[in-house]
Amino acid sequence: MTEVVEKNRDLKELVKREYKEGFVTDIESDTLPPGLNEDVVRIISAKKNEPEFMLEYRLKAFRRWQKMREPEWAHIDYPKIDFQDISYYSAPKEMPKLESLDQVDPKLLETYEKLGIPLEEQKMLANVAVDAVFDSVSVRTTFRETLSAAGVIFMPISEAVHEHPDLVKKYLSSVVPVQDNYYAALNSAVFSDGSFVYIPKGVRCPMELSTYFRINEMNTGQFERTLIIAEEGSYVSYLEGCTAPQRDENQLHAAVVELVAHKDAEIKYSTVQNWYPGDENGKGGIYNFVTKRGLCKEDGAKISWTQVETGSAITWKYPSVVLQGDNTVGEFYSVALTHNKQQADTGTKMIHMGKNTSSTIISKGISAGHGQNSYRGLVKILKGADNARNFSQCDSLLMGDRCGAHTFPYVEVQNPTANLEHEATTSKISDDQLFYLMQRGLSEEAAVSMIVNGFCKEVFRELPMEFAVEAQKLLDVSLEGAVG
Amino acid sequence: MLSVKNLHASVFDTPILKGLNLEVNAGEVHAIMGPNGSGKSTLANVVAGRPGYEITEGTVEYQGKDIREMDASERAGEGVFLAFQYPVEIPGVSNMAMLKAAINSLRKYRGEGEMPAAEFLQLIKEKAALVEMKQELLKRSVNEGFSGGEKKRNEILQMAMLEPTLALLDETDSGLDIDALKIVSKGVNALRSPERAMVLVTHYQRLLDYIVPDYVHVLSDGKIVKSGDKSLALELEEKGYSWIEQELQQAS
Ligand SMILES: Nc1ncnc2c1ncn2[C@@H]1O[C@H](COP(=O)(O)OP(=O)(O)OP(=O)(O)O)[C@@H](O)[C@H]1O
Ligand SMILES: [Mg+2]
Repeated sequence: MTEVVEKNRDLKELVKREYKEGFVTDIESDTLPPGLNEDVVRIISAKKNEPEFMLEYRLKAFRRWQKMREPEWAHIDYPKIDFQDISYYSAPKEMPKLESLDQVDPKLLETYEKLGIPLEEQKMLANVAVDAVFDSVSVRTTFRETLSAAGVIFMPISEAVHEHPDLVKKYLSSVVPVQDNYYAALNSAVFSDGSFVYIPKGVRCPMELSTYFRINEMNTGQFERTLIIAEEGSYVSYLEGCTAPQRDENQLHAAVVELVAHKDAEIKYSTVQNWYPGDENGKGGIYNFVTKRGLCKEDGAKISWTQVETGSAITWKYPSVVLQGDNTVGEFYSVALTHNKQQADTGTKMIHMGKNTSSTIISKGISAGHGQNSYRGLVKILKGADNARNFSQCDSLLMGDRCGAHTFPYVEVQNPTANLEHEATTSKISDDQLFYLMQRGLSEEAAVSMIVNGFCKEVFRELPMEFAVEAQKLLDVSLEGAVG
Repeated sequence: MLSVKNLHASVFDTPILKGLNLEVNAGEVHAIMGPNGSGKSTLANVVAGRPGYEITEGTVEYQGKDIREMDASERAGEGVFLAFQYPVEIPGVSNMAMLKAAINSLRKYRGEGEMPAAEFLQLIKEKAALVEMKQELLKRSVNEGFSGGEKKRNEILQMAMLEPTLALLDETDSGLDIDALKIVSKGVNALRSPERAMVLVTHYQRLLDYIVPDYVHVLSDGKIVKSGDKSLALELEEKGYSWIEQELQQAS
């Protein structure tokens, strides 16, 4: 308690001072004015009442970030971001509840309908008051009870820094060092919130963490931070995101996700990303720069990433696995769709360190309109990684002739026993396929949908069942107007 | 049922059909023969509504309706089926899933509800047995990795499932071994009925031993130049097409 009081006093001191940039701010205000400097980092930490170690962590990250440069190697094109023109703290706002779905934008409801989102969930997503039975708070409580009975810790990371500081201290940035890359450093300095998951030894998490997540607070801010730890012999499946379209006033999103799998543990991380992609001209869409990495820390661990990326104006994202232990397994299954003016540069890195490690990469890129879709992947076999195996398959599907697909597969092999296979294809939805299906009675849209879903099948089957169905519908909705 | 009058059609701007006439009534089976490149597949594709196949003159009526403006899926909904000369592969889409979507699309077009899953499974089991198709092929992706003969058999399976009113079979017999030919013919004959009509495009008299046609037509250079009964096919087999061309020249 005294610590908190002290902190608040420090904070008051701090904000009374004038900013170097020459503005003053009010401790009570919900949003900081644009700009980033050490004081802003201090305020963020203080606002969250963070323990000292977190402030130090953030400051260290900030100092590194200042010395770094924005990466420019990706195959994406966007106006230069002015990082001093962004506000780095904004308290979560409670939006006033609507009384019924009648008050919701009919266009949004139409999309929910097309995606097949159940009525009660539509209400939650659209911020409409729900019946007591479906109240997210009560459902959340039930979930919490089930999880804690199993010994699983699942909470916002902002709470975990208080309740489990030792775990956070031990694992935060143990997989993605603060200096890893420009956006990771930025995220470490200013991250807003995210999830913390800890699965104890031998525990199989009793539910898909998606179920929980979907009704949970989705507004974790533009700098999301997630940390998942699976102890020896444990298993967890985590699903992030939502097929429903998500809008945000913040254009820049830079998340960091770290996964740690101990001996024989398995982590399955699935993402459905449908951030606002901007209009037909790409105006107003989200820039999504994400660092995701998993560490198979000890023998027999397994990490798989599955992602369905349909949103954002720009996606820059390479979920990776470091195969440190012997006999570890890394997997990456991805569908990335770009339509209109969307650009995606996404792929994975598989770093083989242990013996008998194996990795699988299945990447499906779909481009329509003027969309630009790049696969960028690295398979690295280090000296000690005897008998490492990798299978990579990168397929691109083009719709129309104004879009583009590019693949940049990099391979670095330092051990001669490695066994690598790479396949790549580029195809178009052919007129023959369309005519064939239409001749059998399918409408043109249904035919396109069937061909696209067939193309993505190997990825969709990795998703939790109910999400696979939604992901298919999401592709249909995202591709509307792509043909004809 | 199908009435084609003075049909002129171009394939991507190349004129192929040049004044073709064909009348097919319910219950009839017509065979169309003719040299390579004479326009047989073009005719089948024009009737089925393939994009890029443009009618420049003449009419196509099906069950009394002008179908020229309908797209391929509407024509399918009206009961037109085309067994492709070159069946198309659809990776990642199982044969079963495709058939299910097709059946339900047709039912929807006709204002009927979806077929219950159990009924569908029963039906596909029955029809697969009819064309002696292995269960394993039903689960595989549509035509992917199928042998030539399996692809043709798959076309007949689809036809048997979709129960069209007008079936156009484009060289379904090509590339079949003798046993497969019998099986495919069995599938086709099972579908013959007073309400249905069939148009078979073929190069071989042999098929017509198994599926006996009511009429045989010879298509040459975009027109039907001779029509007759089954004996015409036998005559063609013996004398080849040049015989007809000579006959035509003499007439003119
Ligand atoms: N896409 C196309 N563009 C230009 N010409 C085409 C196209 N498709 C077909 N043709 C031409 O149209 C003519 C008729 O072709 P069609 O496929 O109808 O012949 P067919 O009678 O079915 O021959 P076959 O017995 O060899 O199957 C051929 O000369 C062919 O080259
Ligand atoms: Mg032909």
